[in-house]
Amino acid sequence: MIFSEIKKRAEAEWDQLQHSKELTLFIGAATCGRSAGALEAKKTFQDEFEKRGIRANIIEVGCLGPCWAEPLISIVKPGGPNIFYKNVTTERATELVEKFIVAGDPLPEYALGLVGDKGDYSIPVLWDMPNFKSQERVLFRNFGFIDPTNINHYIANDGYSGLNKALSMKPAELIEEIKTSGLRGRGGGGFSVGRKWEAGLAAKEKQKYVVCNADEGDPGAFMDRSVLEGEPHSVLEGMIIAGYTIGAQTGYIYVRAEYPLAVKRLQGAIQQAKDMGFLGENIMGSGFSFEILIFQGAGAFVCGESTALTLSIEGKRGMPKAAPRPRTTEVGLFDKPTLLNNVKTFSYIPQIINKGGAWLSGIGTKDSKGTAVFALTGMVNNCGLIEVPMGTTIREIIYDIGGGITDDKAFKAVQTGGPSGGCLPEEFLDTPVDYDSLTAAGSMMGSGGMVIMDETTCMVEVARYFLDFTQKESCGQCTLCKLGTKQMLNILEDIVAGKGRPEDIDTLFNIGKAVNTGSLCGLGQSAANPVLTTIKYFREEYEAHINDKICPAMQCKELLSYVINADTCIGCTACAKACPVEAITGEKKQVHVIDQAKCIRCGMCLEKCPKKIRAVECVPGRLNEGGK
Amino acid sequence: MADKIELTINGQLVTADKGMTILEAALSKGMYIPHLCHHRELEPVGACRLCLVEIDGKWKKTVISCKTEAKEGMVVQTETPEISEIRQATVELLIADHDVDCLACGQNTRCALQRVADHVGLNKKRLQRLKPPEKKLPIDDSNPFFNFDPNQCVLCGICVRTCDELQNVQAIDYAYRGLGTKIAGFGDKLRIESSCESCGECIVRCPVGALTEKDSPKPTHQVKTVCSFCGCGCGLLLGVRDNRIVSAQGNVNSPANKGRLCVKGRFGYKFVNHPDRLTSPLIKRNGEFVKADWDEALDLVTDTFSKNKGEKFAAIASAKATNEDNYILQKFTRAVMGTNNIDHCARL
Repeated sequence: MIFSEIKKRAEAEWDQLQHSKELTLFIGAATCGRSAGALEAKKTFQDEFEKRGIRANIIEVGCLGPCWAEPLISIVKPGGPNIFYKNVTTERATELVEKFIVAGDPLPEYALGLVGDKGDYSIPVLWDMPNFKSQERVLFRNFGFIDPTNINHYIANDGYSGLNKALSMKPAELIEEIKTSGLRGRGGGGFSVGRKWEAGLAAKEKQKYVVCNADEGDPGAFMDRSVLEGEPHSVLEGMIIAGYTIGAQTGYIYVRAEYPLAVKRLQGAIQQAKDMGFLGENIMGSGFSFEILIFQGAGAFVCGESTALTLSIEGKRGMPKAAPRPRTTEVGLFDKPTLLNNVKTFSYIPQIINKGGAWLSGIGTKDSKGTAVFALTGMVNNCGLIEVPMGTTIREIIYDIGGGITDDKAFKAVQTGGPSGGCLPEEFLDTPVDYDSLTAAGSMMGSGGMVIMDETTCMVEVARYFLDFTQKESCGQCTLCKLGTKQMLNILEDIVAGKGRPEDIDTLFNIGKAVNTGSLCGLGQSAANPVLTTIKYFREEYEAHINDKICPAMQCKELLSYVINADTCIGCTACAKACPVEAITGEKKQVHVIDQAKCIRCGMCLEKCPKKIRAVECVPGRLNEGGK
Repeated sequence: MADKIELTINGQLVTADKGMTILEAALSKGMYIPHLCHHRELEPVGACRLCLVEIDGKWKKTVISCKTEAKEGMVVQTETPEISEIRQATVELLIADHDVDCLACGQNTRCALQRVADHVGLNKKRLQRLKPPEKKLPIDDSNPFFNFDPNQCVLCGICVRTCDELQNVQAIDYAYRGLGTKIAGFGDKLRIESSCESCGECIVRCPVGALTEKDSPKPTHQVKTVCSFCGCGCGLLLGVRDNRIVSAQGNVNSPANKGRLCVKGRFGYKFVNHPDRLTSPLIKRNGEFVKADWDEALDLVTDTFSKNKGEKFAAIASAKATNEDNYILQKFTRAVMGTNNIDHCARL
């Protein structure tokens, strides 16, 4: 079948859904939605509909982004707008059926926003809300709206049009278009995608590979997973175009086995694309043949590094190869030229080909084009996935999109770039997020994790946390990464336990610099970043831990004490009853006392002390046994 | 003859073969750059990070010298303050993780880590701040010929590459990750249960005391000879102490084996001093073997052979003998004994 007919049929199906005479529900059923209870809510809707004899289309869609509002379900009444409801528990689901679907009250208090004709609804338009207004949805344009398991939904929304167009173009023209777009690799390195593809095309071997890096391993990062779960076809289309451009026959998607839903979505999408003739022999009559295979990674963080990744696909141990070595575009998978890009990078390609490179280069900054996708987490009101134009400041992200710091606390630091990124303090709030500005500030773009920390975060503890992660994930071959991170971790553990020594900051700096300069691969060369940047920007916190034995954020258990204020204690015994180690003594209606030698600083006494009394206090520093 | 190039290392003009790495070029002129994971016969991996050097001029960069090709006109510094600092940190990390019971170690005085530490120098105060490993790992002494002590291992990977690249056995590889990384056989079972063929090539190349031969006193002198186990004719250097063979080493100058040996050549010398070994001919008399002298024994053989020519006679040649000896045996069987009854123990 020719593409125009495929598209026509898909559009007809899509149109029918848009103008359905029946109620339509879109269930945000990506992994995030599911873990928040989306499928339970879906079941409730189904049961209620069956009970009441209501006919409805119920469609599982990908993730719209706002994790804080999950489970997120949108309801479209025939002819009405698309109303997104947040935190749809099973109770809320029942209520929505009763009050909105049956009785007609749209329950604005449960609504996040609406898309489409506002009409008389007293619900804000989603895209006008501060949470969404500063976002620019390029990769996310279809998330939450199309069924990722239905290829026709994708085709009706310009899907595979990019491939159709690409097959009528010459490889050099495609590369020129991508160069015009200014797209840089979204895996973190930020290498020019056009130049990489050009090198792939220039490689003189017959057998070439395209590899998609979906080994997303940063703690708290789930951008790639959302793309794979929300719109897997965009990744496949990008890869097929890449294969056509450089002359590859086979594509691999290296995806974490910990992403079972993404794997399932990909498997389904590959089959559909084959059935439609977008994959396989002689794609759309062009004479070009391409296949895509899924390879599931076994969970090693380091396999996100390109050379380790290709070794892993080859069935070997995933260990990065030391530079100097040939580029992957020259010697890659099975020693053949290999074009390796991140999930998001491939996902941009169809739209670039479809709309032209100039379209993407119109978004973003001079050297960082397009949008940036972040998984916004930490002490921020609105956690979730966001997509903003490159150049948006960190302040806008936190305060406009993120809705500010949780409980109106003060901002302390932002960490970008995953476990090996850097922690930037308040003075960098107006830094635009783009490759070069973040690098200049001492952090990095990475693949898109963004962790917000408030005044209650201990920066030494943050460094310890990330070091603990990187040292466990070191591949083990290179001395500096394997042993250096461990020794730094040892010292940081001492510091947070109040056993720090005055020379420790220098030692940390010395080892950290050696690790960052001398390590074998990118993981090692950035492993010390959390330590080095926190020393650089929060040195006084280290000094307080080491010299004064105080944790300014009052987080390090060994550096704080609980005391009972004799003036306010009413002797209610609540604290003594709650204490798990019987460290609190005192007669009823008498002032209670905490035995500092017994106290394990669990904080239960503080929690149990009646809010009106507040006799238990947490004080900085470790009191000795006498309570002094 | 290989093409030559010239480069400058630490201000000294060095001539090297084209294609050599910077490290090879330096070592070939007796200039030491610290290294642990480099071995001249193996592919470089750049794991130990000790051989970092700085290249000036148009290639300006800090690189590992074991993997970077020396180029005409290159200007290399091996001991800049920055490199020295990184190197010192690296060695201190290695030492802190190492079981430094040097005097009791089989590699004492030959240890590459000792040499690196000696060259780089350690900051004792900082070294004391570093923590030793939380627990000692068990020594694997399951193999009858060698021990593997993971507490001494620096994970240079030379043993892994030797087993893979030179021996094509692939009995061992890296296992686990992070600090738990160790060299292990399949399934992390004992060495004796792995596919290890006990050739001992890894032991020879281990730069530290992680792989050591069992009960091997250092020889007082070496004797050059040829291995008697098979017809290959591998060159051997037998280590002798108190007139007994205490070690066997492959002779790197022998064209047959270029220094390499198999399990028999390397470890199969203990029969020489074994009490059960026959040291004189025995002749069976009245159902019992009795010591005899060589003339007596050879007379008996020639006498018996002469009486049993023809189809009554058969000879079995041996893989332990050389081709030439085996040729002579079949000639003797056919021409002198007059029979074609000649066979060989290794015939398939």
